[in-house]
Amino acid sequence: MISIFIKRLLLAIPVLLAVASLTFFLVKLAPGGPFDADKAVSPQVLKNLNEAYNLNASEWEQYVAYMSGILQGDFGPSFRFPGRSVSEMIATGLPVTFELAFYAILIALLIGVSSGVLAALKRNTYLDFIPMAIAMIGICVPTFLMGPLLVLIFGINLEILPVSGWGQLPGDKILPSITLGFAYAAYIARLSRGGMLEVLNQDFIRTARAKGLTEKNVVIKHAMQGGLIPVVSFLGPAIAGLLAGSFVVETIFQIPGLGRFYVEAAFNRDYTMILGTTIFFSAMIVFFNLLSDLAAMWLNPRSRDNS
Amino acid sequence: MKHLITLFTIAFLIGCSSSTSPVDDGLENQIFHFGNGSEPQGIDPHIVTGVPEHHILISLCEGLTIPNAFGDGNLPGAAESWQISDDGKEYIFNLRQNGKWSNGDELTAADFVWSWKRILTASLGSQYPDMLYYLVGASEYHTGLIDDFNKVGVKAIDKYTLKVTLKAPTPFFIGMLSHYSTWPVHKDTVLKHGSIDDRNGEWTRPGNFVCNGAFNLKSWELNNRIVVEKNPNYWDSSSVRLNQIHYYPVSNVMTEDRMFRAGQLHVTSTLPSQKCPVYIEENNPDLRIDPYMGTYFYRLNTNNPVLKDVRVRKALAYAIDRKLLVEKVTKCGQIPAYSFTPPGSNGYQPDTSIPFDPDLAKELLNDAGYSEENSFPKLEILFNTNEDHRKVALAIQQMWQQNLGITVELVNQDWKVYLSREMVGDFQVSRAGWIGDYEDPNTFLDLMRPNRGNNKTGWENADYDSLLAKANSTNNQGERYRLLNEAENILIDNMPIIPLYTYVRNYQLSSDVKGYNPHILDHHHPKFIYLERD
Amino acid sequence: MSKSSTLWSDAIYRLTRNKAAMFGAIILFILILCAALAPWIAPYSYSFQDLELGASPPSAAHILGTDVLGRDLLSRILYGARISLLVGFVATGVALVIGVSWGIIAGYAGGKVDSVMMRIVDVLYGLPFIIFIILLMVIFGRNIWLLFGAIGAVEWLTMARIVRGQVLTIKNQEYVLAAQAMGVTNIQMFRKHIFPNILGPIAVYATLTIPQVMLLEAFLSFLGLGIQPPMSSWGTLIRYGVESMEEYSWLLIYPGLTFTITLFALNFFGDGLRDALDPKISSD
Repeated sequence: MISIFIKRLLLAIPVLLAVASLTFFLVKLAPGGPFDADKAVSPQVLKNLNEAYNLNASEWEQYVAYMSGILQGDFGPSFRFPGRSVSEMIATGLPVTFELAFYAILIALLIGVSSGVLAALKRNTYLDFIPMAIAMIGICVPTFLMGPLLVLIFGINLEILPVSGWGQLPGDKILPSITLGFAYAAYIARLSRGGMLEVLNQDFIRTARAKGLTEKNVVIKHAMQGGLIPVVSFLGPAIAGLLAGSFVVETIFQIPGLGRFYVEAAFNRDYTMILGTTIFFSAMIVFFNLLSDLAAMWLNPRSRDNS
Repeated sequence: MKHLITLFTIAFLIGCSSSTSPVDDGLENQIFHFGNGSEPQGIDPHIVTGVPEHHILISLCEGLTIPNAFGDGNLPGAAESWQISDDGKEYIFNLRQNGKWSNGDELTAADFVWSWKRILTASLGSQYPDMLYYLVGASEYHTGLIDDFNKVGVKAIDKYTLKVTLKAPTPFFIGMLSHYSTWPVHKDTVLKHGSIDDRNGEWTRPGNFVCNGAFNLKSWELNNRIVVEKNPNYWDSSSVRLNQIHYYPVSNVMTEDRMFRAGQLHVTSTLPSQKCPVYIEENNPDLRIDPYMGTYFYRLNTNNPVLKDVRVRKALAYAIDRKLLVEKVTKCGQIPAYSFTPPGSNGYQPDTSIPFDPDLAKELLNDAGYSEENSFPKLEILFNTNEDHRKVALAIQQMWQQNLGITVELVNQDWKVYLSREMVGDFQVSRAGWIGDYEDPNTFLDLMRPNRGNNKTGWENADYDSLLAKANSTNNQGERYRLLNEAENILIDNMPIIPLYTYVRNYQLSSDVKGYNPHILDHHHPKFIYLERD
Repeated sequence: MSKSSTLWSDAIYRLTRNKAAMFGAIILFILILCAALAPWIAPYSYSFQDLELGASPPSAAHILGTDVLGRDLLSRILYGARISLLVGFVATGVALVIGVSWGIIAGYAGGKVDSVMMRIVDVLYGLPFIIFIILLMVIFGRNIWLLFGAIGAVEWLTMARIVRGQVLTIKNQEYVLAAQAMGVTNIQMFRKHIFPNILGPIAVYATLTIPQVMLLEAFLSFLGLGIQPPMSSWGTLIRYGVESMEEYSWLLIYPGLTFTITLFALNFFGDGLRDALDPKISSD
């Protein structure tokens, strides 16, 4: 497994380079530049601005300059916020988004796995229908509905939780984490139910039961290992998706996370910021995909690649 | 599951235990919580361009004049008094002798000279150098025609006297001084962290930042909060009652509304449009609808073969029911506009009119050659993604459909795409808005002159241009306004733009806030603001 | 258990017995019918504004009420069904076709092929979706089919990973290894062993993808990149409803209910499909 881990890590490098390069040319194609403003910029001023940010050089030159910067760890200055570097901005937003994602995943796993496993074990009874119905609601209700609804109930009407912020007022981390986590909880519930059902019908489970092992033993020691493989496979992209998808929650709750930086950079055509956050998110995605693939492999030794 | 419930309960209890809201707490400590709309690009007055930046800068730096919260015109700021020569081209500003920078240095006339040199330095890339183009030699220096700043019309005659020489008598020059592009920056601080034209210098970081305003920069958490605290070195610090101002860059209007209702903000930057009629009806005491010097209008691309014909443009304008628009669509106290310049701007009253006359409009369309056989081609309305723009565009789409029988398609694009399309003229009808930079009709009418970057309609009219040039070369207000009115009439007669309504500033303001009075340009100097509960 | 029937006839038999799944199928059928017949059964056009009326609660003239511009909500929901159902099915279809094929090939082939294919997935995963959509919209115009394609082009990535994971699991199970030893060809292997076993998770994941796709479309409209006004989908109707949740609750309740019911139906049907297609689940 270690060799696979290292091999995949090494492979990650060309992947990231590819992402960086593709993104570089992609963002330059999109119409509208970082300095377009409502009050028209005179051509003279525009030329000066482009000069200051090396935008007058040829595309290839800019690309080379940028990539060599990256390889030295320099992601460049933000185009939108003069005086701020991209690395600095990522360093500000990252811990926040990470924490939010962490709490959300925690909630998602706790609620999702327990209800999914329960539903699988008590198939076709109320203990199956009710958690799955709630899970359905979690899937149907988008974050941009769940968030304001929770805020309205707990923040404005009951007045027990703050309406926005992250780390400024006590309890302000609760609602955003639940909002973000609940949707994933629903997916995880369904995936674990599905996975568990697959496993529970296999012969070795029948054998284990016949041998007289307790149900708890059967479930936790034998079934969950295989049954949770779909969940583990899903976790990789889910975590990565959480990081990027946290934008909606960050906007609703006014959280200074990387998701907001990322989307706003796209709309402001802050080229360096877009590139920096893209590369960063990409690295995260590759890493988490790798982790989840490894975990899936570990859970089912048989799924390891034969070649 | 059990653990989760325990966690939850604990969290709830923690939440319940602390019940003072920021607004309550602010009252005690004179901390003003300000909803500021979006993360400011920066706080360098010579680089930034937006309104959120203005709200922060007005507490950090002070120009020669400051806005008057209680009446018209400007009050003395860094300048104690000023004299204007008879021909209107020479201004002498007498700076305060007790004016200081936040680090204790004295504020002198030389500081202003250096600051204006900075903004006129082309390599800095300022987007507002044209505010100072009225000075002799300024545009020449900025565009590189001359390279000796001594030839530009701003001089420090002595330590506290600043002499400004203008190209022509510019009646609104004093008004323009409320714009942050004319405010001073601290030379030593700027140069310590970069050169005069270094955009990325770190002089604006907390700890480095030095300026001459009522407050000083305390902390700046990106996308989270900016805190400024009272500056003891401000010349008038004894009148300043607030201790701190916290600026929150809340970009989502619904979130901002909720924050205000939960007592986390004293003032919001705006109001969700569907809340306005509700708040009006329930007589919400925190609702504010203030007059604002801005016009919401549609640009028409006069280079487009269909819109080239002035009859078509007028038909489009006459087929819009502005009253219905403000009463049923925008619903927040906006005023139908029948002129480009908002009426009452510094006493200016244009006498133009735009009738709502669908029959006349249809007739004009027929005159232009469109009828059953030769049907009017499909029109596109371009606008940037925004709820309010969408609603207005939808309403107008229907009005044109019903009153003129023409098909209209709505194209909403993201902000940058919208800007770039407008800039290159890739549009037919495009939504636009303009807020005055200073209190004078010229800030609007100047837009539509030929070769103005902000014109974007392709319309050029020599008479219009010469009328404006003449108006700006006389100091006689009566004569000036007569000329401007004539120009305005030409504009409405040709209709390259269709005025829709005059803006209002709608926002929520806590009743604890005193001294925050309506201002036509929405400038509120923080030294007049304080918190007190009745 | 009788093994002489084919996979499909078996599946159909089991499916039709499943009451919940049939219930779901009927609801879906009704919805699709309503969506298809919308221009004929909708009481008003989806774009006609009655500005004088404005937002009004359900009444005789407007069964589900009107929105802030006076547009009939029932009609907008009916027309919105067309967009949402189309997005849901088409985009998911695109994602399915590409994702499943990709995942199967990668999983089954293994080795270098697998490695390269999944690295490509990693790269595509990392690209900034929003920029991609902006570009697409600008270069090719606001074509609704393009929007579906774009959404599908993003969703297939996860599908590929999941399918590949499943294929890998099955590939290494005893009966497969045994079949290989016996000399069963790849195609037979695929048809008899691999395919039936991945259908289940695919069906479940497809039913999970459809709501995701519909919401992704709403998110895009939230950012101004999706459906153009005055058209709207259920996702955008819900979004507008959220904004006026307190003042005009019907604008949220009815689109929300419709959306939820549709997804429940999809889910019951998907579950039924999965149960029907799983050769190992006994009918208990």
